Amino acid sequence: MSLELRGITKRFGALVANDSIDLRVERGEIHAILGENGAGKSTLMNIVYGLLTPDAGEILVNDSPVSIKEPSDALAAGIGMVHQHFMLVPVFTVAENIVLGHEKSKRNGTLDLDQVRADIKRVSDEFGFEVNPDDLVEELPVGVQQRVEIIRALIYDAQVLILDEPTAVLTPQETDELLKIMQKLADKGTSIIFITHKLREVKLVADKITIIRRGKVVGSAEPSASQDELASLMVGRAVQLNPEKAAHTIGDVVLAVKDLVIKDHSGRDIVKDISFDVRAGEVLAIAGVQGNGQSELAQAMINLEEFVSGSITLAGQEIVGKSVKESLRAGIAFVPESRELDGLISSFSIAENFILDRHDLAPYAKGISLFPKVVDEHAVKDAAEFDVRLQSVNDPISSLSGGNKQKVVLARELSRPVKLIVASQPTRGLDVGSIEFVHERILAERDEGRAVLLFSTELDEVLALADRIAVMYRGEILATVPSTVTAQELGLLMAGVVHA
Amino acid sequence: MRKFSLRALILPALAFALSMVFGGLLISLSDSNVLHKAGHPLAFLKAAGASAGNAYLALFQGSVFDPGLAKPGQWWLSLAPLSETLVGAAPLILAGLSVALAFRAGLFNIGAQGQFIFGAIGASYVGFHFHMPIGIHLIVAALVGIVFGSIWGGLVGLLKARTGAHEVIVTIMLNYIALYFLQWLLGTTTFLIPGRNDPIAPPVLNSARLPLLAGSDFRVNAGILVALAAAVFVWWLLNRTTLGFKFRAAGANTFASKTAGISVPFVMTSAMAVAGALAGLAGAVHVLGDNFQLTSGVAGNFGFDAITVALLGRAKPLGTVLASLLFGALGAGASAMQAKTNTPIDIVLVIQALVVLFIAAPDVVKSIFRLKNLKTAGGLVSKGWNG
Repeated sequence: MSLELRGITKRFGALVANDSIDLRVERGEIHAILGENGAGKSTLMNIVYGLLTPDAGEILVNDSPVSIKEPSDALAAGIGMVHQHFMLVPVFTVAENIVLGHEKSKRNGTLDLDQVRADIKRVSDEFGFEVNPDDLVEELPVGVQQRVEIIRALIYDAQVLILDEPTAVLTPQETDELLKIMQKLADKGTSIIFITHKLREVKLVADKITIIRRGKVVGSAEPSASQDELASLMVGRAVQLNPEKAAHTIGDVVLAVKDLVIKDHSGRDIVKDISFDVRAGEVLAIAGVQGNGQSELAQAMINLEEFVSGSITLAGQEIVGKSVKESLRAGIAFVPESRELDGLISSFSIAENFILDRHDLAPYAKGISLFPKVVDEHAVKDAAEFDVRLQSVNDPISSLSGGNKQKVVLARELSRPVKLIVASQPTRGLDVGSIEFVHERILAERDEGRAVLLFSTELDEVLALADRIAVMYRGEILATVPSTVTAQELGLLMAGVVHA
Repeated sequence: MRKFSLRALILPALAFALSMVFGGLLISLSDSNVLHKAGHPLAFLKAAGASAGNAYLALFQGSVFDPGLAKPGQWWLSLAPLSETLVGAAPLILAGLSVALAFRAGLFNIGAQGQFIFGAIGASYVGFHFHMPIGIHLIVAALVGIVFGSIWGGLVGLLKARTGAHEVIVTIMLNYIALYFLQWLLGTTTFLIPGRNDPIAPPVLNSARLPLLAGSDFRVNAGILVALAAAVFVWWLLNRTTLGFKFRAAGANTFASKTAGISVPFVMTSAMAVAGALAGLAGAVHVLGDNFQLTSGVAGNFGFDAITVALLGRAKPLGTVLASLLFGALGAGASAMQAKTNTPIDIVLVIQALVVLFIAAPDVVKSIFRLKNLKTAGGLVSKGWNG
C-alpha cells in the first residue's frame, strides 16, 4: 500500500509546525524522515496517525484520499504507529496488551485470549520475533517490548508502520536487531516511515530519505549520501560531526577512584569494587548500556549517593564523606544525566538557574541578602559567552530549547574554578547543532588541562571524545580500551562479551 | 525575579464571582418566600433576585460599611464593620503566610492550627502572668508566642528531615497534641483565674495588649499592621535572601537543589520553623489584640482557613493578604446577614468552600468563562505530597 501526503500544513498559534509538506511512501519502502528536534517530524506523524488534525492538506492511501480524524481511522486505513514511549500496560501480559481495545469474551464471560495468542505466534514465527504471549511486559527487555508494539500493529493489519525514534531507547545490539526486522517487514511489503536523527541508522536501512527543517521539506537524499552531507541538510549549514581532537598533553592524576562500592537501599551492590584514574588533559569515557551502574557512579562523584565505601580523591583530597556543596566547591563540574530533573529548576528564571550552586556567594549575595540585579547582570554575560539563545534572562528556563538548556547547565558548571568535569549523557536528546557545541566545549576543557569523566551510552559520542574508554557492565569495569577501538568491538563489550 | 502581574488575579477573582453566583442561587432557593411564588415565573425571579440581593447587601453592611450605625455628627461609626473585618483578617493573614511560605518550600503545613495554639499559649502566659513596662511587655509576649510556634513547626521539619516522616501526617497529629495540651493546661492552677474553675485563662494585662488604631469606638488594633509587616517580610525573605532562594529551589525541585549542593534537610527544618513562627505570631496577635483570654477554642478555625487563603492567594504574600481580607469580610458579614435577612450563616461557609473548589479545579472556571490561554500554576494543592 502506498501513502501520500499533499500540502500538509499545521499551525500552533504563530508557529508553523508543518508548512505544506509533500511526501510519498511506496509499498515495501523504508522511508526515513530526518530532522532535528523541533523540526516538525512528530507533528507530521501525529497528523498521519490522527492525533492532530491538519489546517490544510490531504492524505492519500493507494492514491485515493482518506479522512483521518482519530487513531481508529488511521488503523482502519492500515496505518500503525510505534511511539517513542511505549503504550503498554506494564503489569499485563503480552497477549493482554495486544487484545486491549479489541477484547472478546468467551461464552462463560471470561476474556478470550486464544485467538490473540495464535495471532502472536503466527506473526512472531513469520518474522522471528521470539515473543511469548504470556510473558509479563514489565519483565521484558526494552527491545522486546518494542517488538510487542510492532506485533500489535501487524496483527491489526498495519501496512504502513510509523516508527517514532525507535532506536533512542535501545542498546546497540537491540538496534541492529530492530534494523534487521525493519528490513524483513519491508521485504514482505510493509511500508515503514522511520523517524530519527541518527544518521548511521538511516544510511544502513533507508531506501529513501526526506529531510525536514523548521516545518518544511528541505530536500531528499539517497542513502549513499555521506553523514556530513545529511547533517548539513538537517542543520542548514556545514557541520563538523567528528570534532578534531588536538594533540593533548597528559598531566598528573586528578581523579583517583579506589575500591569504590555503591549499594542501593536494599543493600545490593550497584557498583562493585571499581578503581580507575583520570589525568589532567584526558577524557576517560565510561561506556555502557543504561542501568549498569554508571548513573550511580556519576552521582557518587559529588556524594549524591548514600551508601558508598572506598575512596575518591580529587588532586589528593578525599571526596567521600563530604557534602555535595563541598564536593562541588572542591573543583568538580557536574553535568547531570537528566538536565530537566537534576540540572535545572523549570519554574525558575534563566538567571536564577545560573546561580543554583552559588546563590550564597559574592557577588550574588552578602550575608543573607541576595542581589537579583547582580544575578541578572552575570546571567546576561554567561548566556552570551555560551551562546544561549534567549529573549530575557528573566524568562522561565522552560521557555528554552533542550540545547539551550544544556548550555545553561554547562555555563554554570564550567564557570566555577574546576579541576574535573563529570558529564553524564551530555548530549541526550539534543539536536546536531547543540551536540557539536557541547562536544567542542568538552574538548576545549580537556585541551586546557582539565580531567574529564564522560558517561555515555552513545557509541559515536564515546568514540568522538574519549582518549580512553572504560566499559561498564553489571557494576564492574569489564575492560579499559584505547579510543582506537572499533564501534563493533565496543558494542560487543557493552553487551558483556569479552574476547579472549 | 518575575514582576507582579494582574493576570494572576483573574482566576481567583472569577472563582470568587462564580461562588457568589452559586451562593446567590442557594440563598434564593432556601428562602420560603421565593419558593411560594414558584407558580409565577416573573414574580419568582423578582423574589429570588430580591432575596439574594438583600442577603448580599446585609453581608456588605456587616463587613465594610453600614450607614445604619452612624449617629448624628458621628458618620464614621458606620465604618465599624470594616474594623471587624480587619480584626478577623489579621491572625488569618499571619497563619495564611505560614502555610504559603511552607508551600513555597514544598511542604504542606496542615499544622498552622497547632502552631497557632502554641503561640497563643505563650503570648497569653506572658501576658497575664508577668508584670512589665508597657510596650516591652507586649514585645516579650509576642516574641514568646513566635518562639513557641516556631518550635512546634520546626519539630515537623526536623522529623521529616531526619526520619522522612510525612509532614501532613505529623502536623495533623501535632494539631491534636496541641489542642489536648491546651485543654489540660487550662485546668492547671497556673491558668485558672483564682477562685474559679472554668477553663478560661486570666485576661492579658493592659500593658501587653496591642494598641487600638482608631480610638475606643473601634476594635481594630495594631495586629493588622503586624500582619502587613509580616507579609512584606515574607516577600523579602523569599525573593531577596539566600535562605528564601534555598526554600524556593527545594520547593520547586528537590533533585536539582540537591545536585546543586543545597541541603534539603536544612531547608525542611528551617522553612517549617519560620512557618511555625508566623502561625505562632498569629496566635499571639489574636490573644493580645482581640481575644485577651485563652480558651480551648482560641484557635477557632484560623489554622484551617489559613490553608484556604494560602491556596486562594497562590502562596504569594500579596495574594494571601487579599484572600485573608476577603475571608475576614465574609466572616464578619455572616452574622449580620443572618440577623437581618434570616439567611443561614452556613451560606458563607458554602461560598468559601466553593471558592476553594473553583481554585482547585481551574479548568471548570476556564471553561465557564471560555478562557483558553490563561496559564494557571497547577499542582499547588498536591505539591506537599511529593514526599
